Amino acid sequence: MLQRLEHLLGIEDLTREQISFILDQAAPFQEFQKHPLKKLATLRGKTVALAFFENSTRTRISFATAAARLGADTMNLQAESSSLKKGESLLDTVRTLEAMRPDGIVIRHSSSGAPQLIADRLGMPVVNAGDGTHEHPTQALLDALTIRDRKGKLEGLNLTILGDILHSRVARSNIFLLSKFGVNITLCGPSMWVPRELESLAPNVRRVSRIDDALQNADAIIVLRVQTERLHEPAIATEEYILGYQLTPARLKLARPDALVLHPGPMIRGLEIDDAVADGPQSCVLEQVTNGLAIRMALLYHLVGGAAVEAPPAKEKPKDSTKD
Amino acid sequence: MLLIKNGRVLDPATKTDSVQDVLLSGDRIEKIGADISAPDAEVFDAKGNIVAPGFIDLHCHLREPGQEMSETIETGTRSAARGGFTAVCCMPNTQPVNDNASITRGIVDRAAAANGVRVWPIGAASIGSKGEALAEIAAMKDAGIVAVSDDGKPIATARLVRQVMDYCSTLNLPVIEHCEDPSLFAGGVMREGPRSIRLGLKGIPAQSESICAGRDVEIAALTGARLHIAHMSTTGALEYVRAAKKNGLKVTCEVTPHHFTLIDEDVRYDTNYKMNPPLASRQDCDALIAGLVDGTVDAIATDHAPHHPASKDVEFDRAPFGITGFETALALGLSELVHTGKMKLMRLVELFTTGPARVLGMERKIAPGQVADVTIFSPDQTWTYRIADSPSKSRNSPFDGRTFKGTSVATIVAGRIIWRQ
Repeated sequence: MLQRLEHLLGIEDLTREQISFILDQAAPFQEFQKHPLKKLATLRGKTVALAFFENSTRTRISFATAAARLGADTMNLQAESSSLKKGESLLDTVRTLEAMRPDGIVIRHSSSGAPQLIADRLGMPVVNAGDGTHEHPTQALLDALTIRDRKGKLEGLNLTILGDILHSRVARSNIFLLSKFGVNITLCGPSMWVPRELESLAPNVRRVSRIDDALQNADAIIVLRVQTERLHEPAIATEEYILGYQLTPARLKLARPDALVLHPGPMIRGLEIDDAVADGPQSCVLEQVTNGLAIRMALLYHLVGGAAVEAPPAKEKPKDSTKD
Repeated sequence: MLLIKNGRVLDPATKTDSVQDVLLSGDRIEKIGADISAPDAEVFDAKGNIVAPGFIDLHCHLREPGQEMSETIETGTRSAARGGFTAVCCMPNTQPVNDNASITRGIVDRAAAANGVRVWPIGAASIGSKGEALAEIAAMKDAGIVAVSDDGKPIATARLVRQVMDYCSTLNLPVIEHCEDPSLFAGGVMREGPRSIRLGLKGIPAQSESICAGRDVEIAALTGARLHIAHMSTTGALEYVRAAKKNGLKVTCEVTPHHFTLIDEDVRYDTNYKMNPPLASRQDCDALIAGLVDGTVDAIATDHAPHHPASKDVEFDRAPFGITGFETALALGLSELVHTGKMKLMRLVELFTTGPARVLGMERKIAPGQVADVTIFSPDQTWTYRIADSPSKSRNSPFDGRTFKGTSVATIVAGRIIWRQ
């Protein structure tokens, strides 16, 4: 029986069934994006608070658009205008938003675990739109949807993730999600960004140091952004990164001929990815963006709309052995 | 006069373990023996309980002066008394830092006006604990400090450690080091390992502590000074201490109750699991317990680190490090070490009494003429810790709601019962 979601804080604790359910729910919303009139009344009268404590453009716009297309109103809080700058605590800021009675809150925050803290204290659905270096669950869901659509399945595929895995919430959520579906995951990047503990995150995760080896037999490749703003870590020379890890057309040929190329964005052409690959036929980058809308609409519909497709599971009754 | 009747006297210093009466007169122990009768004395029936020398905590933060929102000497010592502590050593990282005799005297005076728990201040090693110039250590010693430390961080440079150690050996004061390498620590919030990777929290490698411990042991060898390593959490640092002891150096160390109870895998997005040093790996935890059992570790110290609730009620990476510890230390020792069969009760008592006393160059025993500081505890009484009932001003403990076997029953300082159940 499917466990109804209260929040979406991360992928780690979701079951395979819950993930499949969300992916399936997204299908009609994918179709919907093609309509000339993109407005539903499903969440009319509902309000979604978008609390972005860390700068974000694409994810914020995606959630805002998803809410708008479902007919919901949004309340926007952005880092620049936030009272956190004036010394208010996160919980007080969020409680202030809560007092305006939204029906759900979407949080982006630079601290790992911040959405969990809020979910523990507030009485409304919380959606994690990326927390620190922990998880970015909607990104993993839209990536899975994109791969599943193109490949027809997830089971048994080979996925390679390239880049700064250590600091990537996208990588963590993807590892948690895809390994639940039996995807074989290869991680590749400069070794200080690919510590061995990553292999303990989930089954079927391995590290490969040379990119040529890492791309062998790949059905899909996720290229991570090189976060040049990550100043507190010792830097690696840009030229070194390009030399060792840029996804070039020549390197892409080492993967399966029909391998997909995904990138969570924003993409830096000429750094982690070559132009020809970014714009090539194997690239799914824009499809990911559209699928992101579908996933976020499905989630808001489910969490904020209270669209209980399935009832919460009844507590399993212990078997009464005397009656057997 | 106070007569403690029918208790099981457990004293590591005299190797006593038998049911006896203890008579206290004034601030001294008058006599020990079977069936003492003293018609004028107040009688405390300790039947079924352990009568031990007064517990000493080598490491706590009382937050006064300067951070009275989190704790005061008065509230902190009330919490200490509940935990069975008769004396506590308070770290100098107050505001301002305890780096001169007038602040030391202020702490001593405030403590004298509190509930009776002895407060032994630790002075800063360097002015403002900034790691630049030596603090007024001799003057602070005259005012009552029992050791020096720049706790919260290590003494900044090897050169300064050398100076502090040289100076303190002539004053016969131990130098207490908080061991960490700042460049490896670099913004970390928990121990580096599989759990930090999973939670996406910045990790601190174990070597941050052991590298610094190695440096300090080397300089203890160079200077012959007394070095005490605070809140040790890694196998690497433990091995340095073990080797140093074997080589006859005056090196000692302490372990906190949370480091022998919890591990990095217990960490979740709850700031009561954020402390420095961070919770260790399972292997390191096992090594620390082995060190506690075999004598490499000299003392259990609480590192009681109160923080005002609002300061802990934030994102994990923004919260200050530290948890409270006075009231759960003995219970954790009994529950985690003695009742699990890992350690004898006598050894646990040693880690709270003669062990820390030795680190400070003092004596602690139940014998006629000794100071009448006594801790009475039950090794098996079951109770549940409720932090809401704590006299501490802070609430930052991961052990709230935990049920324990064993608890303090009465705390006696200078012949006076300052707390009883």
